[in-house]
Amino acid sequence: MYHIISILDFSREQIDALLEKARKIDKHIEIERSLEGKQVALLFFEPSTRTRMSFASAVSRLGGTTICVDSVEGSSIIKGETLADTVRVVSGYVDAIVLRHPKEGAARLASEFATVPVINAGDGAGQHPSQTLLDLYTIRQSMPLEGINVGLIGDLRYGRTAHSLAQALSHYHVNLFTIAPNGLELPETIQLELRDMGTDICECAEVQDVIRDLDVLYVTRLQRERFPDSATYVNVQQSYKVTPQLLSGVKDHLIVLHPLPRAGEIDPAVDSLPYARYFEQARNGIPVRMAMLREVMQ
Amino acid sequence: MNEAPPRQLLVSPIKNGTVIDHITAGEALNVLKILGITGTTSERLSIATNVVSRDMRRKDIVKIENRELMTEEVDRIALIAPRATINIIREYRVVEKKGVEIPSVLIGVVRCPNPGCISNTDEPIESRFEVVEKGLRCYYCDNLITRDIARHII
Ligand SMILES: Nc1ncnc2c1ncn2[C@@H]1O[C@H](COP(=O)(O)OP(=O)(O)OP(=O)(O)O)[C@@H](O)[C@H]1O
Ligand SMILES: [Mg+2]
Ligand SMILES: [Zn+2]
Repeated sequence: MYHIISILDFSREQIDALLEKARKIDKHIEIERSLEGKQVALLFFEPSTRTRMSFASAVSRLGGTTICVDSVEGSSIIKGETLADTVRVVSGYVDAIVLRHPKEGAARLASEFATVPVINAGDGAGQHPSQTLLDLYTIRQSMPLEGINVGLIGDLRYGRTAHSLAQALSHYHVNLFTIAPNGLELPETIQLELRDMGTDICECAEVQDVIRDLDVLYVTRLQRERFPDSATYVNVQQSYKVTPQLLSGVKDHLIVLHPLPRAGEIDPAVDSLPYARYFEQARNGIPVRMAMLREVMQ
Repeated sequence: MNEAPPRQLLVSPIKNGTVIDHITAGEALNVLKILGITGTTSERLSIATNVVSRDMRRKDIVKIENRELMTEEVDRIALIAPRATINIIREYRVVEKKGVEIPSVLIGVVRCPNPGCISNTDEPIESRFEVVEKGLRCYYCDNLITRDIARHII
């Protein structure tokens, strides 16, 4: 049986195949109804409205139906029961499980006990492969992934979307430019791994220094709770803000991405510039999740 | 000229059991911990730490009476004592001698240091680590333990 748990389980060929499948679905080159007559459980032990909505939409576009269990309901249904038991029981009701859980590794555990395919829709601070795949998909819409210059800006220490994206991009010999506030730099172990896989990493103090070389600027959320006080937070947020001025003189094809929701990292005045792709990126969650569901169901 | 002292056993000989020799100096107690041998188990033990060895400068030795350790149990100690040799003793004689090999997967040996990891909850699973070049990687949360492995032993 096939599960989708972590982007680290994907080879370059598997990523390419999935992105290509998503493209064909997106462009209506292939009409997919592979979930006709099938039911998918959306088990959300942690609130995440967007991810849940987009999986629900993806299932219904493939002709399937969903049963949703959200965190509130979930807490009573599943009270006192291990995730292992829940997953074994729910496997008997449905044809696939999409799981969101606050504990890291929850989806891996679920895949060991489930008798139907499991898709990880985010496990705590851990993996969120559909996010990574839709990030890659959005870049690939604009340019080939091979050898591009990617800037990662924001909280690169705790921001796991940035880690997973960097790990996936390491299949494509990209050059990474990291721009992070003090103490929120990309963790050493991840840097070592990325370098081992042939990725060039350049730690930059100021985004201004590299912005003109970039093909992609990936912005992540700066969370208030990572800073000692509000003043530091506001300060850092201001100096890391992506504004129209910052983007003057950049490459024509530069794209700016953000996993959303944003909290002031991108000036709304950027939204109308040709570089802004974050809403497109969010929309791409549908074809990418359709391709993932189809992949595990075939 | 110094005359080499006559070769002798540091601790009294055992009739039957296992001698773990060439343990990295200072790791004898951690070796016992990994083997699940604690003060409350009934084995008769002798431990010598920081003894001078011809080939390793200093080493630890553990002797366990009346118990022959099996390869699977013993390979786990390779993490902290890669040069250890396992000598099986019968009738005062070494009848079998083998090194230790780092296994590719460790199940139930090390606790994941990530408090958010599902393996630290009451799920019906054992901790599971893949042994990689840089250390140990949690199968569940991908956390990498690079140093101080002994501190994480269950
Ligand atoms: N009957 C015994 N009781 C207790 N310890 C023993 C006994 N026989 C051997 N040993 C110990 O077991 C270890 C291995 O014994 P062995 O005679 O093979 O020594 P060695 O030739 O130095 O081995 P190596 O080449 O592995 O260093 C030594 O530390 C020795 O002191
Ligand atoms: Mg010797
Ligand atoms: Zn873990």
